[in-house]
Amino acid sequence: MAQKKIPYQKIAVTAFAWAVGMAIFFPILWTFLTGFKTEAVAIASPPVFFNFEWTLENYDAVFERADYFRFFMNSVIISVGSTVLGLLIAIPAAWAMAFVPGKQTKNILMWMLSTKMLPPVGVLVPIYLLFRDFGMLDTRFGLLFVLTLINLPIIVWMLYTYFREIPVEILEAARMDGAPLLNEVVHILTPMALPGIASTLLLNIILAWNEAFWTINLTTVDAAPLTAFIASFSSPEGLFYAKLSAASTMAIAPILIMGWFCQKQLVRGLTFGAVK
Amino acid sequence: MGRIQLKNVTKRFGKLEVIPPMNLEIDEGEFVVFVGPSGCGKSTLLRMIAGLEDVTSGQVLINGEDATHVRPARRGLAMVFQSYALYPHMTVRNNIAFPLKMAKAGREEIEKRVTSAADILNLSSYLDRRPGQLSGGQRQRVAIGRAIVREPKAFLFDEPLSNLDAALRVNMRLEISRLHQSLGTTMIYVTHDQVEAMTMADKIVVLNAGTVEQVGSPMELYRNPVNMFVAGFIGSPKMNFLYGDFAADRSAHAIGIRPEHLTLSTQSGTWKGSIGIAEHFGADTFLHVTLKDDTQLTVRAEGENNLGHGDIIYVTPMDGRIHHFDENEMLRRG
Repeated sequence: MAQKKIPYQKIAVTAFAWAVGMAIFFPILWTFLTGFKTEAVAIASPPVFFNFEWTLENYDAVFERADYFRFFMNSVIISVGSTVLGLLIAIPAAWAMAFVPGKQTKNILMWMLSTKMLPPVGVLVPIYLLFRDFGMLDTRFGLLFVLTLINLPIIVWMLYTYFREIPVEILEAARMDGAPLLNEVVHILTPMALPGIASTLLLNIILAWNEAFWTINLTTVDAAPLTAFIASFSSPEGLFYAKLSAASTMAIAPILIMGWFCQKQLVRGLTFGAVK
Repeated sequence: MGRIQLKNVTKRFGKLEVIPPMNLEIDEGEFVVFVGPSGCGKSTLLRMIAGLEDVTSGQVLINGEDATHVRPARRGLAMVFQSYALYPHMTVRNNIAFPLKMAKAGREEIEKRVTSAADILNLSSYLDRRPGQLSGGQRQRVAIGRAIVREPKAFLFDEPLSNLDAALRVNMRLEISRLHQSLGTTMIYVTHDQVEAMTMADKIVVLNAGTVEQVGSPMELYRNPVNMFVAGFIGSPKMNFLYGDFAADRSAHAIGIRPEHLTLSTQSGTWKGSIGIAEHFGADTFLHVTLKDDTQLTVRAEGENNLGHGDIIYVTPMDGRIHHFDENEMLRRG
C-alpha cells in the first residue's frame, strides 16, 4: 500500500521543489539573458526569451565606462575583511555566551538582534556625519568597519547556535587537561565548530558582498564596491536595462561561483547539529 | 601525592542548597567511591573537587594546600567523563598527548609516555584512529589514557561506565581496579551503581540529598549500615524491610534483613508465606514471598530447587543478622 503511494508523492514534491527553485532562480536568469540583448530588445513587450541576437556590446560598454577590477577588489576586501574581523570578535563573544552564560546573556543577544530591526536609514545621518568628521568617507577601512558592525549580530547569533551544540564536557576535559583559555578556544572549540564557522563565514561574505545601502551611501570612487558599480548604471543617463543587467551579472558572478563551489560546506554548516 | 580534604564545603545554585556543609578526607592512594541515587549531589561534589564547579563556601585542600580558587587546569587532577569527552577532531595519539602538550613536555617525552599509556590500555594499534572510529570500550580506554599520561595527583571518574553494555562494564571495572593497584594513585569515583561501589572501593561515601549518610569500607557498610537509607542502598538484591507486627515483636519501628540472611524450610520457621515469583539466576534463585498483611520479602535460595509459584514456605532470619531501626530510620544499637 505504502509502496504504491511513494512515487506519486515523490514526483509531486520534486516538481514543487523545481518550481520553487526556478521561481527563485528566474530573476538571475533573466538578468543574465538581458545582459546579452540590445537595449531595444531588453525593454520589448511582450518580452523576448531566447530568440534574440546575442550581443556583447553591453559588456564592452560597461568595461569602457568603468574599471571593473577595482570595484571587484573593493568588494573582496570589504566583504572578506569585515567577515574575518567580525569572526575574530564574535568567536570569543559566542564562546562566553554559550558556555558561561550570565543572567543577562539572553537579553544581550536579543538586544544585539534588535539593532538589525532598526532601518539603516534611521542612523544614516549620524553615521554619515561621523564618517565625514573622521575622514572615513569613501575609504575601505570605513566600509570594513561599518559592515563589521552591521553583520556582527548575525555572526554572533550563528556562532552562538553552533557552539551550543558542542558538549561542554569536551571543553571541561580540555580544562582538566591543563589547557588555558586561549588553547581551549583555539585547539578544541574552533576545530570542533569549524563547519559552523565556515558556514557563518560564507554566509556573511555573501551578505557583505550584496550590502548596498551603506556601500552606496558612504562611497563615491575610491572604496566603491560592485554594488556601487551596478548603481552607477541606473541613474545618471536614464535607465539602460541591458547594460545594468550586464553589470549586475558581472557583480554577482564571483559570489555565485564561490557559493557553488562551497555549496557542500554551506549546506553542512547550515544543518550542523540538526543531525548528530 | 594525592590527599584531598573538604572542609565545610557547601554548594548553592541560587537559593537551592545542593550540598550543605560537608567535611570529608580522602587519603593518599585511596579508591573512594561516591555513591547515591541520581540528584544526590555526588557529581556536583566531584566537579567541585575538580574545580569545574565553584564552591559556595568552605575549602578544598589538595595535599594540604588550599585549592578552592585554583583553576581546574592547575589542580593537577585528571578526570574521566561519563561521555568520555574525547576531542573528536584529534587522533587517539593526539587525544592522549594533549595534556602533555599543554604541560609543554618535549616531543620525545610525549612519544614515550603516549606509547606506554597505550601499552597499558591495549590501544597501541588504534593510535592513528579518531574517536569516531572506536567502540565504546575503546573510547573509554582513550579517556583513561588521557588521564594517566599526565601522572596526576588523583583521578576523578564521573560515572565512567554507565554508557557501556553490561559485559564490558564488568571488564572495565576490573581494568580500573587493576590500574589502581598498579599506579597506586588516589581515585575518586562517582557512580549510582552500588555494585561498582562495592566491588571497587576502599572507601564508600554514601550520599543522599547532598549529605553524607555514611562513610566506610564496603563490608562495613554492608554489615553495619547506620540507617535505613544505607541499608537499602548497599547490597543486591535490596535489604527487606518489615514494619508493623514483625518489627513490634522486636520492639523496633522497622527491621531489616538481607535476602541472603534468611533460611527456608517447607516444614517450619519464624514467618510463613507463599511464593509469588521465582527469579532464577542460575547460581541463586530469588524468591519473592508474600507474608501475612501483604508484606513482601525477597529470599535467596539455592539455584536449583523445586519451589515455585504458590508454594507455602517458612522463612527464618539468621541469628544476629536482623537490623533494628527507630522512628527516624536510624539503626538502634544493642
